Amino acid sequence: MSPSNSSVPLVSLRDVRFAFGEREVLRGIDLTVHRGQVVAIMGGSGCGKTTLLRLIGGQIHAAAGRVEVEGRDVGALGRNALYELRRRMGMLFQFGALFTDMTVFDNVAFPLREHTELPAGLIRDLVLMKLQAVGLRGAAALMPSELSGGMARRVALARAVALDPMLVLYDEPFAGLDPISLGIVGQLIRRLNDALGASTVMVTHDVHESLHIVDYVYFVSEGRIVAQGTPDEIRASQDPFVHQFVNAEADGPVPFHYPAPPMSSLLTRSVLTRGAR
Amino acid sequence: MMSRTTLDLWVGFFVVLGFAALVFLAMKVGSFTGLNGATLYSVEAPFDNIGGLKVRAPVKSAGVLVGRVADIRFDAERYRAVVRLDLDSRYEFPRDTIASILTSGLLGEQYVGIEAGADAEVLKAGDMIQITQSAVVLERLIGQFMFNKAAETPAQQ
Amino acid sequence: MNWLADRLRRIGAMTVDGVWRVGFAARFFLMVLVYSGQSFRRLHLTIREIYFSGVQSLLIILVSGLFVGLVLGLQGYETLQRYGSSDALGVLVALSLTRELGPVVAGLLFASRAGSAVTAEIGLMKTTEQLKAMDMMAVNPIARVVAPRFWGGVLSMPLLAAMFSAMGIFGGWLIGVVFIGVDDGAFWSQMQAAVDWRYDILNGVIKSIVFGIAVSLIAVFEGYDCQPTAEGVSRAITRTVVSSALAILALDFVLTSFMFRG
Repeated sequence: MSPSNSSVPLVSLRDVRFAFGEREVLRGIDLTVHRGQVVAIMGGSGCGKTTLLRLIGGQIHAAAGRVEVEGRDVGALGRNALYELRRRMGMLFQFGALFTDMTVFDNVAFPLREHTELPAGLIRDLVLMKLQAVGLRGAAALMPSELSGGMARRVALARAVALDPMLVLYDEPFAGLDPISLGIVGQLIRRLNDALGASTVMVTHDVHESLHIVDYVYFVSEGRIVAQGTPDEIRASQDPFVHQFVNAEADGPVPFHYPAPPMSSLLTRSVLTRGAR
Repeated sequence: MMSRTTLDLWVGFFVVLGFAALVFLAMKVGSFTGLNGATLYSVEAPFDNIGGLKVRAPVKSAGVLVGRVADIRFDAERYRAVVRLDLDSRYEFPRDTIASILTSGLLGEQYVGIEAGADAEVLKAGDMIQITQSAVVLERLIGQFMFNKAAETPAQQ
Repeated sequence: MNWLADRLRRIGAMTVDGVWRVGFAARFFLMVLVYSGQSFRRLHLTIREIYFSGVQSLLIILVSGLFVGLVLGLQGYETLQRYGSSDALGVLVALSLTRELGPVVAGLLFASRAGSAVTAEIGLMKTTEQLKAMDMMAVNPIARVVAPRFWGGVLSMPLLAAMFSAMGIFGGWLIGVVFIGVDDGAFWSQMQAAVDWRYDILNGVIKSIVFGIAVSLIAVFEGYDCQPTAEGVSRAITRTVVSSALAILALDFVLTSFMFRG
């Protein structure tokens, strides 16, 4: 699927700038997510990709530019309108953010109980269906503390899609998972997206897993989008940054060294002072 | 995780226990059965000297608590103290009742004693008790005693 | 000179930070009140918090109340019998408990038992992004998490203080009447004559309500405002206990000077 074939984009960011106080985190960001797409935002740690996700969710407001979801300016929405929008969004936090004082079942039931007046029996059926979809129906009675990292992630996934959202946001869905769990979660993200007819925005630094499941990729570095394209384009890209990222090279456009004066000057000086003594 | 009914049971038990403690404090520890339930009416009584009388001191008649001192103020025109007494409206006193400031025990707290008169009319709210007896001030009593002694001594010689 | 400027700057920054926090706390309190309606409509949330704040503090409150009463009985008797007025033991025990010790000591215990637990819970929910997750699910964390905990504390505190006082009076009676042999009739009748329902007991209850509001507000605020790290949570818990204790003692002074100046 290419970015130009759907009519109205679900999410669009136009020339967005964001700063924490003096420190500019994002600038000149243009990004589009069309309905049905799974889009990944990739980049090194601390490059501002999570900030992007929080902008789309309306948790923070852009300093300049527009963030639109369904054509509505997220930054300009009041609390009630924002909440109304968020009911149709699901978000998976980096470490799941399950409610530790509730069972797995109650966690998944939480959005249903908060936002619908459905009878208990129907809620039970819906929750078990969602848990079945992530393969954890048998874990319904467990507490979050009894789950492994991968299982917790899957429960959080079931909770994020409990209300059948139109847009699901994932913050580092693969962080800290073993290769098997990683594959499972990756497949689930794609399957749930297609089954629900939803769209997905995923922030990650796991290139290989993501390239298998996404439709479009944005690369973010130092607060800018430096490259974008479909997975095939990315694999074939000659862009030095993409090349470094995909092949996990230590040095490249993203330098190995934090900016510093050359080592040689320091060495020489210390050798010289020692020699003088 | 505790089931909802057990939790509700505990909270119910807690609330009942808390209110039981409050009722215990109000009924058994405090004098809820005494004056506070009753409606009150206030009368005033002027005294030349109230000694150490305090607001909220008891008002007793024949040793029974019938009210409390509500307010004490100084009458700048006649240079005396005016004490407002809140009396239990169940008890009525004749107009010529005597109010005096007494001390419970030798060094105990001071209270207002009321001795009923014989008038046919009774005191109503806002009335003034006419006949009063001031507090006995110990220093003055001792001074008087010394003075009398001094006066007696030369006569004996 | 440089050192002095640095110090001054730091004091200035601390002052500004403190004032800013007070303003934020006031706004936070207002938000808690605004969203309380939502949490009252679902009463079981508040009932749950009464369980955690109130019922779970029951044991420590009752046991401490008993011991405070026992000590008051012993010490009070020791002093009163020198003046030959050991019959007034009931008055002494009851007045000191209902006016001061009941609300204050119960408040201090409540702050360290329930207040710190509330701060820890909310702080951990913040650290593990549970509050943010709730917010992203269009569920207001102040209405869903903070307000029930606040009201649970506010409702529990006066009941706990009353139980503390009642238990203390029982302890004083146990020592005075049962072990030392003060006359039972004199103990109760003198107490009833001296303790006024409105003046002493109601004022004590008002104190405990005020302390309950102060401690609960501090606890939920420190939890909500903490740095989202393990260290931040532990610091927030310490701050809850310390600020609650200071708030209780300072408020006690203010309230006492208003209530009991006759």
